[in-house]
Amino acid sequence: MRPRPRLRWTEVVRARAVVLALALAAPAAAEPVPITPAERRSGITFAGPQTQGLQADDTANPGMLFVLDGAQLWQAPAGSAQRACADCHGAAEHSMRGVAARYPAFDAASGAALDLSGRINACRTRHQDAPQLASEEPGLLALAAFVGFQSRGLPLAPPQDPPMAAVRKEGRRLYETRMGQLRLSCAECHDALWANRLGSSPITQGQAGAYPIYRLEWQGLGSLQRRMRACMSGVRAEPFAPGAPEFIALEAYLAERGAGLPVETPGVRP
Amino acid sequence: MTRTLVNVPKTARRGDVVEIRAMIAHPMETGYRNGPDGAAIPRRIIHRFTCTYGGEEVFAADFHPAVGANPYVAFSTVAIESSTLTFTWIEDGGAVHAATAEIAVD
Repeated sequence: MRPRPRLRWTEVVRARAVVLALALAAPAAAEPVPITPAERRSGITFAGPQTQGLQADDTANPGMLFVLDGAQLWQAPAGSAQRACADCHGAAEHSMRGVAARYPAFDAASGAALDLSGRINACRTRHQDAPQLASEEPGLLALAAFVGFQSRGLPLAPPQDPPMAAVRKEGRRLYETRMGQLRLSCAECHDALWANRLGSSPITQGQAGAYPIYRLEWQGLGSLQRRMRACMSGVRAEPFAPGAPEFIALEAYLAERGAGLPVETPGVRP
Repeated sequence: MTRTLVNVPKTARRGDVVEIRAMIAHPMETGYRNGPDGAAIPRRIIHRFTCTYGGEEVFAADFHPAVGANPYVAFSTVAIESSTLTFTWIEDGGAVHAATAEIAVD
């Protein structure tokens, strides 16, 4: 009998990779269904008691350092107009109460949806004659945290105007689109598998009411877009550019699917 | 400009044990990392923290590179008199950041 040709190890690896790829690409037994309003849970409820304690205590929450920075930037004249946020908006405690809970919102002047950071940058160019702040720049994060902080405890209430409905629809499409080499959509984990674990980490619902968050892993404050970029590289997808319409659409859909959850800014996460 | 956040009870009774918390915004760069250009990022950490109460040192700590960014310290002392608590963070290179808080003791 002729001896069976031995497979070289590279071929074995290739064959296994194909099997793995097929297993990953196979459609899930059931399509993920959106989380019902009664089931909605903030990410902090998945964190350990120490992390929860850190977020709950304003004298221990490191995000408060950025909120204090933001309070100072709110008063500081900026740009060639030498105008501060406070010169138009007055005391943020009153004028900004509830604002973060309504973002992303439609901006008629640019004909596009803006998230809170986008709105801050739009204000800078239109009213302060100041250059835009780059995404994840400390000043932008601090202002977003300060404005978000004014809505702490209020329920997320995304605007119901028709242009935003279209943006949210696009956001939901992206949320449910498989992407990256792992061919996973946001929904595969955060709608279908929340309350399970990925390795040792809990899979949360991906609720977005606490941003910008102080993430212990980052040792700093970061935006919702930074968190989404981390998830996208996790599934080996090429992340959208900072501030891309795709991200704004996803943020808009996240606000809708988390409607009613309280704003927690500045949140703390592991 | 460095931002600090200290929390001291505004009032206390003589003899009470009071909890004091202090946090500073600081990158705590370990000196073990390389930048995008491959060059080592020089170490820059807070290496010493002290707290004085009425001029007397009541707490001090040495920090090392393993301490994370924005270090947070909580400790306790005994309220003995109405006075000022002074918090000092000393950075590599000698830069000093300070904060103060008042406590009223009756």
